[in-house]
Amino acid sequence: MPIVLTINGQKVAAEEGTTILEAARDVGIHIPTLCHHPDLSNVGACRMCVVSVEKQRGLQTACTTPVSEGMVVDTQSEDARATRKFLLEMLLSDHPNDCMTCEVNGDCLLQDLVYDYDVAWPEYNGLRHTYPIDPDPNPFIFIDRNKCVLCSRCIRACQEMQNRDVWSFAYRGFETKLVAGADQFLLDANCESCGQCVAYCPVGALYDKMSLKTGRAPSVSKIRTTCSYCGVGCNFDLNVRDNRIVRVTSAPDAPVNGMALCVKGRYGYDYVHHPDRVTQPLVRAKWLDAKQIRQRVADGTWMVANVAEKRVQPAGNGIDSIVPDTFIQTDWNAALDVVSHKFAEVKKSMGGDAFALLASAKCTNEENYLFNKFTRQVLGTNSIDHCARL
Amino acid sequence: MTNSIRDITQDSQCIFVIGSNTTEQHPVIGTKIRRAKRHRGAKLIVADPRRIDLTSYADLHLRHKPGTDIALLNGLMHVIIREGWQDEAFISERTESFDELREVVEKYTPEVTSQITGVPAKDIEEAARILAECRPGALLYAMGITQHTVGVANVMSCANLQMLLGNMGVPGGGVNPLRGQNNVQGACDMGGLPNVYPGYQRVTDPDKQQKFEAAWGVPVSKQVGLTVTEMLKAAEEGQVHCLYIIGENPMVSDPDLNHVRYSLQQTEFIVVQDLFFTETSQFADVILPAASFSEKYGTFTNTERRVQRVRKAVEPPGEAKPDLWIITELARRMIALGAVTPSQDAPHAGWDYRELTEVMDEINQLNPIYAGITYRRLEEGAQLQWPVPHKDHPGTPILHVGQFSRGLGRFAAVDHVPPAELPDEEYPLMLTTGRVIYHWHGGEMTHRARNLEAMYPEALVEINPKDAKKTNIEDGALMKVASRRGEIIAKAQVTDRVEPGLIFTTFHFAEAAANFLTNPALDPQAKIPEYKVCAVRIESVQAGDGIN
Repeated sequence: MPIVLTINGQKVAAEEGTTILEAARDVGIHIPTLCHHPDLSNVGACRMCVVSVEKQRGLQTACTTPVSEGMVVDTQSEDARATRKFLLEMLLSDHPNDCMTCEVNGDCLLQDLVYDYDVAWPEYNGLRHTYPIDPDPNPFIFIDRNKCVLCSRCIRACQEMQNRDVWSFAYRGFETKLVAGADQFLLDANCESCGQCVAYCPVGALYDKMSLKTGRAPSVSKIRTTCSYCGVGCNFDLNVRDNRIVRVTSAPDAPVNGMALCVKGRYGYDYVHHPDRVTQPLVRAKWLDAKQIRQRVADGTWMVANVAEKRVQPAGNGIDSIVPDTFIQTDWNAALDVVSHKFAEVKKSMGGDAFALLASAKCTNEENYLFNKFTRQVLGTNSIDHCARL
Repeated sequence: MTNSIRDITQDSQCIFVIGSNTTEQHPVIGTKIRRAKRHRGAKLIVADPRRIDLTSYADLHLRHKPGTDIALLNGLMHVIIREGWQDEAFISERTESFDELREVVEKYTPEVTSQITGVPAKDIEEAARILAECRPGALLYAMGITQHTVGVANVMSCANLQMLLGNMGVPGGGVNPLRGQNNVQGACDMGGLPNVYPGYQRVTDPDKQQKFEAAWGVPVSKQVGLTVTEMLKAAEEGQVHCLYIIGENPMVSDPDLNHVRYSLQQTEFIVVQDLFFTETSQFADVILPAASFSEKYGTFTNTERRVQRVRKAVEPPGEAKPDLWIITELARRMIALGAVTPSQDAPHAGWDYRELTEVMDEINQLNPIYAGITYRRLEEGAQLQWPVPHKDHPGTPILHVGQFSRGLGRFAAVDHVPPAELPDEEYPLMLTTGRVIYHWHGGEMTHRARNLEAMYPEALVEINPKDAKKTNIEDGALMKVASRRGEIIAKAQVTDRVEPGLIFTTFHFAEAAANFLTNPALDPQAKIPEYKVCAVRIESVQAGDGIN
């Protein structure tokens, strides 16, 4: 039997065990939160979700209070609004006023709440923390404890989602501090650099180190895609600015992984822009016409290439250095001509079984289908395989 | 996987992981297993020769010797049958040949099993009890099961156990191979295999031959093609003249690299299509620059058969092109040269695809398990796991519900067979190989991901303190590992993650690739090499020794 309660004058039905916050959100009534996240347990730490409940003393935290029959809730009572505003003033009193340069400007729950509640920068000058910025030498996770609002989302994400228990609070009162392990560096505290804590951080206290100063939420476009590493099939958003991937962010509605990603998926994207990428077709000189090479190299459309340290580079002494095995950086037309003529000739003289093709578990379904069609229809053999066994 | 990640992590009462270092190879599934264990109270049993991350979360770690999986699984089944814990209803209604299984596992008493596997008899009894009491249970495996000369038999044993327990076709159950590469499932589904057309339609089946001849407008080869290991051999023997290698690096990932090198050198014409200049590219005649996953559109199919979108985010660098463009261009040119003349009447003879959706349409027509997977449905948010036999079908998150695809599930009883190469006087240690979380396969991508490389910059060889002491190898010092096929030099990591007599290394680093050592002995049916066991000897190396 559903429980019937009233929220802001509206009759609401909810299952037993539902919190006021969930019941309100189900009918589109917004209650502000900071420490709450639907994936994580509710701790009522930030008290931003306080609401008035008739016949109950004081204010209740909507995220931890279960609904009961006949309950009358006011989410916008004067008390609740004043309390939220006061809490935000308290948070600001120990928060750097640097939204202008902050990485999460435009993507920050605290900033949004301060805006919604029209909180002025506090006049009084109480104690402020001056923690060192980015004190942890790990290459992935940036920490600025001066911005930490002690919401414990990172702690819960690591405990409940990732199950590594890296983060916790140490010390008491104003000295309460987010620490890794026994106040250690992350990598000494069992951290596997999955970046879940960053993904759940509502403010700029934790951020992806590789993405510092590369573009903030309003200036990047996000493209939803599927990871290129393992077979789990995690979805995430590639954050792109000026034709470069600058960050990978979790997609909460990703069907397989939700917010979870691993160190490779979240932080292993920079190979895409690595200078080692081959950017032009390469053909060994022996398969090209010598006269054509000379002409094209002279007019600058082709280049004599040298491969050093796995990177294709211009050969120092150019055309004079060419031996049959020298790689010439050509164009698509020339390279595809060489391959198609050679393949056609071999097929004619020796038949399809003179070919073997390795398809790729890195390519798309559509591409693999076409490799299969190319092998079986065009070349006329079944000798196609890939690394499924390796 | 017969089941889905979601139902395994939400509904399994017991998760049995064998031959999968899940937290390092499939990290997000590893995360979910840990969560199921800690927050839902599911039991976790891990069978692995090494002490891996998951073993510290497990209720029970069965630390069996490499290459003794069949014995271990038979031992578990022996106890289950002895105690009458098998699911009689499931066995009688859904399976056949149970008596054969009973007969074979009869002799695998806990004591006999313990002798073969090194697992204490009481742990075998305990594991069997947990498996029996905590149903449904899911079995997860990876290359630790398949990369053996008895790979197929290992997989059968896994299936035997799950059928015995009635753990098939139910949420939270199943036999679940964790597929390695992002789209290894899709590459198999799309006919990237020598014995099947797309959708696992056999190339030797005359009906299927006819189907594809009619679709593509050409006569097709009636012979099963060569597997990757056979291709290299055929190239060496002069039967294969042209190799076309797309996004693969056999010079790191194949077994017995010295031999691979020789085969590639013997091949007349090699085309390599890749993002980078790889170890294999050194042997190429033509190198075609390909686009990365972030530079093209398409779909990948994950380990649970879920088809998902891949979307272009950035332009490829320079003249690099999506593989789809390259292969299409090549096909058109070959047809123009008269290398093949597809009949114009055939519905899928041509290569004039204007849209990616036209390729998917063709797949829908020819691959029955993908018949209902369309871009429109995917864009609308449909979660489609094959088989999806038609466009209104919701997909199949769990296979074998109510009935196996072959009808009755057959118990294929198998006996323990030792690995092809075991330690002896000359090569007294056993080597097993695997991966680490920071690197991917041959490392073409991760060595170029700055911080992943910083986390794990060089090959390490795990060695037990006792063996290290015996051979005067110190933690962090260079050591030489030699097998009958080759040798590598790498840094020692002295750790009890491996037991005495066993060493472990990865194949991520070309300069110290484990595959110079590994045994190319194959499973006779699956043709998978025995990466997980070979015999080696080790010695300490003074800094500077033997390094070019």
